[in-house]
Amino acid sequence: MLTALLLALAGLLVLCPVALLPRTPLGARLGVAVAMTVHGGALLAALAFAGVGLAVLVLGGLPPVALPLAGPMGPLTLAVDGLSAWFLLLLGLAGACSALFALAYEGTAPPRQVAAYPLFLAGMALTLVAADGLTLLLGFEAMSLASWVLVAGQHDQAENRRAARLYLIFAVLAAACLVPAIGVLAGPAGDLSFAAIRETPPQGWRAAMVLALVVAGVAAKAGLVPLHMWLPLAHPVAPSHVSALMSGVMTKMALYVAARLLLDLGGPAQPLWFGVPLVVLGAASAVFGALRANMEEEGKTLLACSTIENVGLVAIGLGLASCFRAGDLSALAALAAGAALLHALNHAVFKTLLFLGMGEVAHGAATRQLDRLGGLIHGMPWTAACVLVGVGAAASLPPLSGFAGEWLLLQALLAAWRLGDMAFQVLIVAVAGLAALAAALAAAAMVRMFGMIFLGRPRTPRSAGAVDGPILARAALLLPAALTVLLGLLPGPMLALGAEAQRVLVQETMEGRARAHVVFVGDGAAAYWPVGVALLLAACGIAVWAAVKRRAPVFGREAPDEPARGPAWDGGFAAPPPHLVCGDPLTQPSAAGLAQPLRRILGQGVLAAHEAVDMPSPGETRAARLEAGFRDPSEAWLLAPLARVRDAAVARAEKLRHLTIRRALMLPFATLVALLLLVAWLEGGM
Amino acid sequence: MTAALTQLLHIALVLCAAPVVVGGVRWLKARMMGRVGAHPLQPWRDLLKLLRKRPVLADNASWISRGAPYVAAAATAAALALVPSFARGMGFAPLSDLVLIAGLLALGRVALALAGLDVGTAFGGLGAAREMSFAALAEPALLLAALCFAILAGTTSLEGIAVTFQDGSVGLRVSLMLALIALCAVGVAENARIPVDNPATHLELTMVHEAMVLEASGRHLALWEAASALKLTLWLALIAAVFLPFGTAPAGFAPLGWLIGAVLWVAKMAVLCLALAAFESAIAKMRVFRVPEFLGAALLLGVLGAILLFVSTRLA
Repeated sequence: MLTALLLALAGLLVLCPVALLPRTPLGARLGVAVAMTVHGGALLAALAFAGVGLAVLVLGGLPPVALPLAGPMGPLTLAVDGLSAWFLLLLGLAGACSALFALAYEGTAPPRQVAAYPLFLAGMALTLVAADGLTLLLGFEAMSLASWVLVAGQHDQAENRRAARLYLIFAVLAAACLVPAIGVLAGPAGDLSFAAIRETPPQGWRAAMVLALVVAGVAAKAGLVPLHMWLPLAHPVAPSHVSALMSGVMTKMALYVAARLLLDLGGPAQPLWFGVPLVVLGAASAVFGALRANMEEEGKTLLACSTIENVGLVAIGLGLASCFRAGDLSALAALAAGAALLHALNHAVFKTLLFLGMGEVAHGAATRQLDRLGGLIHGMPWTAACVLVGVGAAASLPPLSGFAGEWLLLQALLAAWRLGDMAFQVLIVAVAGLAALAAALAAAAMVRMFGMIFLGRPRTPRSAGAVDGPILARAALLLPAALTVLLGLLPGPMLALGAEAQRVLVQETMEGRARAHVVFVGDGAAAYWPVGVALLLAACGIAVWAAVKRRAPVFGREAPDEPARGPAWDGGFAAPPPHLVCGDPLTQPSAAGLAQPLRRILGQGVLAAHEAVDMPSPGETRAARLEAGFRDPSEAWLLAPLARVRDAAVARAEKLRHLTIRRALMLPFATLVALLLLVAWLEGGM
Repeated sequence: MTAALTQLLHIALVLCAAPVVVGGVRWLKARMMGRVGAHPLQPWRDLLKLLRKRPVLADNASWISRGAPYVAAAATAAALALVPSFARGMGFAPLSDLVLIAGLLALGRVALALAGLDVGTAFGGLGAAREMSFAALAEPALLLAALCFAILAGTTSLEGIAVTFQDGSVGLRVSLMLALIALCAVGVAENARIPVDNPATHLELTMVHEAMVLEASGRHLALWEAASALKLTLWLALIAAVFLPFGTAPAGFAPLGWLIGAVLWVAKMAVLCLALAAFESAIAKMRVFRVPEFLGAALLLGVLGAILLFVSTRLA
């Protein structure tokens, strides 16, 4: 099994240089063949990852193996335990779907993008199977770098360059936090292997330092508030299959690192407050992301904001698991851990589906601006149906997969009042309310997105002519749609399958409470029967249909109960003039119009949203205009001050140029002395 | 077997009752305003009439317009099948989870909003945006009420909550009072009643629910009407099951107990309808952007209820 894994990793690394083969002499056809080979290889590797993950979850973990490559701190080691296997499965499923999509559309992509894609996959897989800190960082940084190349791929546009630069800054920030975090975890002994770190879990101020560094690093990479600014900028500019992986899987890699470093390597003896930062940041991200998704007017940006929301929900689950473990409520800890893991998997699948669907829309209608789309359900019935499944899951509607994860998470939150003192209980009440608010806001955002893109009348002639993609692209949508339905019906078996992953996190599993057809919270508390719910819904639907059918009269032979067709009633509004083929565009709600209630209710307070009506004075013939927009507070409160600090630091550093040689030599010497003092202090302190 | 029988009787009872609940509230309101009012069975007659009519769809209506009414009616009926009425131990009792019921209601709401957006009319979009926004505030309030119940009963299963509250060990609590008010406010908003929305209006600017079904006709309109009647019944039955649990027949085969339970359930529902009608007659409709304050108050009451519970468990 490990051989298969290593082969897949090596294959991906071989594919990178293959993609960069010089191709001009042989023409474009070779380029297409090379791109197809690379994406086909990526598909195979993704399937191998999913297979290895599944096999390890069923059969048990693989012990650490040292690679014949030695780093400066010892050999690079790989191992696959339950937690790695769970995320490998997630990576494999989402990776396979997006590789299928790439096979359909990315034949003519520039070589730098084709080459970075397998490196991106390999970096994520290496992060997951790393068994020591150095390998983990190596994989994590390879992933960041490769995805930066993919984001910067179309660098001829200024906004893409800006997004790529911001993305790189946040990736560097994440690294700058995670490298010292792993150093502090390893302690003075300097053994970076996870087994050694588990022997001596951090305590006291070391634990607090690890917590602060890991939370900051993970927040920057997963897009937790307030370090989420890059997500809505960077995810949309990459090609759709890459945005799908970045949103669905790469953010999960950051959460995996949080779970690995804080819950697994942090050890079971951490106090209650150890989980609180994740819970608080998670709740803030959930509401913030969902609310911003309601304001955005570009399809992929909207989906990226919805990713912030779901990452927040998973972070709440991980933080709660840590809190429950600290409070010795191991059954509930397993519930929270299971909820986080299940929601991570479900989100990876349905977000991949939604991003690929958005890619289909962009290919079909040549835009992702909500205000230039509309009525695509007629030209793109396959895409519409698949995206509707993803929308239902993202809106957490039963019996789809999003609801299963959210149900478990809410149950864990509803049981969390048993922990801690009054302050913690009040915090839990607030977080429960915020989680429910986020779920409802996500439903509103998804309805708005589907309504603007697929329903209503076409807003541009181009969107009236959109058609479904080739058969391969349809398969790339149907696969995750089917998985979304399946995962929604089978949360019990999935939780049982992920028992080892839960054991790694909280030393307790959902076994016995997660059965084939039902999930129990435990202690006689609530239960969720997804298959029962689906059957009940189906039975009600059939009964309603049959009852209506029995009463319906027969109108003629050809169409016994076919509805009549006519112009829309539209409140009695006058019919549009004949030159407006798709009706009067001004009578159809716009993206800003659909966002108006939430912009006024919550947006003005949280997002500094504003509206202004530009009303022409009497006699003027121009049309009135409504200007609406918002500003992300983290831009004003975090990025702008940081930019000022940077400018000041640069201005000061400029003065170093004019130092005399004596002073210039003093600088490295002073740095050396300071570092030696730090080492001496650390050695003595630990 | 008994469980299945109880479940079937429950479904038959609530399905027959749902249009009468709507008609009853309308009739009571009319009487309170000094009008004669339509017969309480009028919604039933309307439904049967609409089912016989041929629906007219807009030219550009997609399969969403045709499928959504069935989804909404089925989801609401499924949710209503889970709320106990006259007896415990129904066949679907293990499924009857408060969070799941909220999810099924959300499914119906999303179907309604999508149907409102399907044709691309101004009112449909306006209604859909408002409906989803109000729900965004109503849902946390509902969950916080569920949190109060979960703290007291140890479960979010409606059956478990009702049994715990029926045996009287919980007693009278301020928190439950606050949760009741929060739940009522959420119910009023969810069912598009005054002061959030006016179910009788056809003045477009104030519409929320009606705006989304303007394009529906024939059997589709009948299904939307049925779904909204089922939803009103569900909320009243939910409040009756949690806060007025007395007289409900225990699990098992007990025809006499069922009869008493059914009579008592009808009486409870009548009282709740009367209360709703009186409330609606006494209060004016709010401006649309005052509704968040109304629901925000419900949310705060839910928070307050939970915190009071923590305080009281600490004192006890």
